[in-house]
Amino acid sequence: MLGAARQKMLGQSLQRIRPMEKVFRSYSSAAKQMTVREALNSALDEEMSADPKVFLMGEEVGEYQGAYKISKGLLDKYGPERVLDTPITEAGFTGIGVGAAYYGLRPVIEFMTFNFAMQAIDHIINSAAKSNYMSAGQMTVPIVFRGPNGAAAGVGAQHSQCYAAWYGSCPGLKVLSPYSSEDARGLLKAAIRDPDPVVFLENELIYGESFPVSSEALDSSFCLPIGKAKIEREGKDVTITAFSKMVGFSLKAAEILEKEGISAEVINLRSIRPLDRSTINASVRKTNRLVTVEEGFPQHGVGAEICATVVEDSFGYLDAPVERIAGADVPMPYAANLERMAVPQVEDIVRAAKRACYRYVSTAAAA
Amino acid sequence: MCAQMYYRGKMFGFVHLYNGQEAVSTGFIKLLKKEDSVVSTYRDHVHALSKGVPARAVMSELFGKTTGCCRGQGGSMHMFSKEHNLLGGFAFIGEGIPVATGAAFTSKYRREVLKEADCDHVTLAFFGDGTCNNGQFFECLNMAALWKLPIVFVVENNLWAIGMSHLRATSDPQIYKKGPAFGMPGIHVNGMDVLKVRAVAQTAIARARSGEGPTLVECETYRFRGHSLADPDELRDPAEKAHYAARDPITALKKYLIENNLATEVELKAIDKKIEEVVEDAVEFADESPHPTRSQLLENVFADPKGFGIGPDGRYRCEDPKFTEGTAQV
Repeated sequence: MLGAARQKMLGQSLQRIRPMEKVFRSYSSAAKQMTVREALNSALDEEMSADPKVFLMGEEVGEYQGAYKISKGLLDKYGPERVLDTPITEAGFTGIGVGAAYYGLRPVIEFMTFNFAMQAIDHIINSAAKSNYMSAGQMTVPIVFRGPNGAAAGVGAQHSQCYAAWYGSCPGLKVLSPYSSEDARGLLKAAIRDPDPVVFLENELIYGESFPVSSEALDSSFCLPIGKAKIEREGKDVTITAFSKMVGFSLKAAEILEKEGISAEVINLRSIRPLDRSTINASVRKTNRLVTVEEGFPQHGVGAEICATVVEDSFGYLDAPVERIAGADVPMPYAANLERMAVPQVEDIVRAAKRACYRYVSTAAAA
Repeated sequence: MCAQMYYRGKMFGFVHLYNGQEAVSTGFIKLLKKEDSVVSTYRDHVHALSKGVPARAVMSELFGKTTGCCRGQGGSMHMFSKEHNLLGGFAFIGEGIPVATGAAFTSKYRREVLKEADCDHVTLAFFGDGTCNNGQFFECLNMAALWKLPIVFVVENNLWAIGMSHLRATSDPQIYKKGPAFGMPGIHVNGMDVLKVRAVAQTAIARARSGEGPTLVECETYRFRGHSLADPDELRDPAEKAHYAARDPITALKKYLIENNLATEVELKAIDKKIEEVVEDAVEFADESPHPTRSQLLENVFADPKGFGIGPDGRYRCEDPKFTEGTAQV
C-alpha cells in the first residue's frame, strides 16, 4: 500500500519535472550536454564496471529502472546480484549495506528520497558514521547513501525536507550535494571510491536539467575533490553561497543583480561536510558581504554554520550583517502558491543581496 | 570480577553482564571458524572472549585504556575486532541484526559475484527477547530468507528486557514460531545446557554453510544478575531466580563431566584456578595500561581524513596531469 502511494507521488512529480528537461544552461556551445540523470547513471555504470565490489541496493533500482530512472540499464548490464531490488525495509537494507561495507564490499544504498532515510537514520549515524571511531580504525565503512533531498513539486510536508544540516553536523560522515552534471559525476565517483561513509544529497528537480560537460569530465577516472567548493561566478560586491538547486537560483539572481550594478560572487558549496571554510572566507574577505542560501529549515541550518564560521574567522572584513535565506520555518505546504512562498525564490535572493549592499527599498518582506 | 571493578570505580558507564547465559555463547561460537563472524549487542563481553579476543584486550577496553581491543574508544558496549571477525557490540537493540545480515550477504556476494569459491563464511547474530518485537528483526528475517543468506539468528531469551517481562511485551511469546512465518526453520532449545545448544548449533551452522539459508534458534536462558550493573533488579521473582540458579550451565557441565568420567574433580579445579589466574592477570594488565593520550581524541574519525581528493603528495588529485591515466582502484 505504501508502494502504491509512493508510485503515485512519483507519477505526479515525474509529470511536473518533464518540462524542466527543456531548460538549457549553455556556457559554451561546443561542449557536450548531459543531464544530471545521465551523469549519475554514467558515474554508477563506470564505477560498477571498474570495481566488482561496488553494488547498488534500494527500492525499485532494478526492474523499475530506478524510481527516478537514475539506475536505468544497470540491472541488464550487471545482473540481479549487483543491482538489488529490496522490499520496503529502509532500516533493514541500510543495515545490510553497512554490514557488507564492514567486510570490504562497497555498497551504494539508494533511498527513494532522503525523507525515507529517516527510518534508517540509526544505521547511517550509529553503525556507519561512528563505527570507524568506536572500533579505533578496525571497521571502515566505504558506503554511499544517495537519493533525492529537499523539496520537489507539490509533494507535501513528509516528502520535502532538506537533510543537509542534520547529516552535516555528524562527525564520521562526509556529506556532498552536487548541482551540475559535472558535479554529479565527479562527486559520485569520488564518493564511491572514498573509504568512509558518504551521504550524497541529490535534488529531484534538477535530474532533468542539462549542463555542458567538458571532455575531461567524461573520462572514466574523473573525480572531484571532497571538501572543496567551486566558485561558479566571480564577483566583487557580495558573496552568495548555495548548494544543489539553489545554485541555479543564485546564478539567475546574480544576472539580475548585474543589471543593477551589483557584482555577485556565487559559490557552489558542493561539499556540506567537510565545509570548504577557506574558500568561503577568502571570498568574504574579498567582497565583505555574505548571503547564504539554502532550501532547508532556517534554525540550525547550513547557513547558520557558514555565518558562524565567517564571524569567527573574518569578522573584521564584514561590512554588513550576514543575510540568511532559508526555507520557511514551516512544514512544506501543499498548495502551489504556498509552496512557492515556503522555498527561496530568485527574488528573495536578489532582495537579500541588495539588503546586504544597503541598497534595498524597504518593503514588508514576509517570512 | 567486572562487577567488583565497576564498584571500585575502575569501570564506568553501562556494563551488562552475561552470568548464566554462558552456554549459549560457548555452544555456538566455539563451533565457528576464525573467518566466520559474530554480531552481538551490548552484552558482548563473553561473545568477544569466546570468539578469541584476548582477555587482556577485553579487560583493558572495559577500563577504557589504550591497550583495549578498540583502544578505549568503544567501551563495554562496542567491542569490535577485525582480526577475530567480531563485528560488535551495538547499543541499540536490533541494530546488530541488519549488520549481521549484511555480513552474511557479503559472504554470499563474494562466493557468487567475486567468484571466491571457497567463501562459505557463516554469520551469527545474537540478540535478546526484547529485540524480537523490533521492526528490524522482522525486516531481516524476511530478507535473509528471501535471499537465502548464510546466517543463524540466535535469540537469547532470558525472559526479561530490563524490567519488562517477555510475557507482558509479546503477543505470542514463543519466538521460535516466528521463523516458519518467514520461511525458515525455528528451533527451541534449553539454553542452560551447553551440549544441547551445541547440537542445535551444529545443524543450524551446517545448514547456513551449505547455502540452504537462515535458521532462527531460540535459546531459553536466564541472566543471574540485573540487566546492567546499574539495575537494582527488583522486579524479578526470587523464586524464579532460584529455579534458574539451580540450573547454572557451568555447574551442570561440571556435574556431567564428572558423572561420565570425562574429567576428574582435580582436573576441573585446576582449570578453575587457571581461569582465575587469567582474570587476575587481565585486571593487572588493564590497571597498569596507560590511559589514551590527548591526541587520540581526534583520531579514527575517518579512514581517509582529507577526502579522496587529496593525493599522497598533498595536492588535489584532479590537478595531476597523469590523473586521467590509471584505473578506478585507489
